[in-house]
Amino acid sequence: MGAIQPKVSEPVSDELALVQAAKGGDVSAFEELVRRYDRNVFRIAQHITQNREDAEDVVQDAFLKAYSNLGQFQGQSKFYTWLVRIAVNEALMKLRRRRPERMVSLDEDVKTEEDSVPREVADWSPNPEQQYNQAELREILGRTIQGLPPGFRTVFVLRDVEGLSTEETAEALELSIPAVKSRLLRARLQLRERLNRYFKRRNGNGEILSAGGDGDQ
Amino acid sequence: MKCSEFLQELTNYLDGVMDAKTKSELEDHLSWCHNCYVVCDTTKKTIEIYRDSQLYELPDDLRTRLRSAIMAKCQARKKTGPREV
Repeated sequence: MGAIQPKVSEPVSDELALVQAAKGGDVSAFEELVRRYDRNVFRIAQHITQNREDAEDVVQDAFLKAYSNLGQFQGQSKFYTWLVRIAVNEALMKLRRRRPERMVSLDEDVKTEEDSVPREVADWSPNPEQQYNQAELREILGRTIQGLPPGFRTVFVLRDVEGLSTEETAEALELSIPAVKSRLLRARLQLRERLNRYFKRRNGNGEILSAGGDGDQ
Repeated sequence: MKCSEFLQELTNYLDGVMDAKTKSELEDHLSWCHNCYVVCDTTKKTIEIYRDSQLYELPDDLRTRLRSAIMAKCQARKKTGPREV
């Protein structure tokens, strides 16, 4: 009896042609693939490693590894999903090398369930982005996401920042779909909780305006 | 529906992947539970802020440098050809 197979998105046809050409030795076809995805790979690598130099290395290593192993790519999934899997593995290896005293894996900290229960419920300012200038906002967002365990951070980045589907994220991270959904929920709730301190609405006296209501949480 | 049940469904609700009956139950809960309304709204904003943030954009000069380095290594490897496994 077969298990239910995850849905695989339709491969992009011109992309497959590029991959085929690259497999056949056309380096300029591979360069086009690099051009399409280098920004995404860099963002993912920087989010996981939280280090600019490491992210640069990951971009180079991931594309080189993809080029060397093009023969393994069967075209059953999108090239991008396959590339993301390589990049995530390279980024996690960087993290492990940097923190040899701690084993880093996508399974790290999966037991922090209690962190996902909303502790503070407060309305946010109508336009939280406008409370801070661009540089301050990036600093806040970077510092906040850095505090998430890598396993949660990675799922959030792939799903919510890079826009991969749940199925593609599961495939790229070699996780089950329920595991992706569970981590995504907890990542979203933890980030929300952490951003509260910057974005919650205050009255004229600087006091937090808490939500009312009769919820049972 | 309890708040804890609402929270379990929050990701599916925000992603718009659920049947009409569950969606209607969630929206009924949201109509009277202000706490869950706020959690749902601020979680949605959290996602939107990160999505729009352009955090870790790749600067053009670095992009060019990285691409040159990648392509030089690929050219070098091409002499032996991509590895067929």
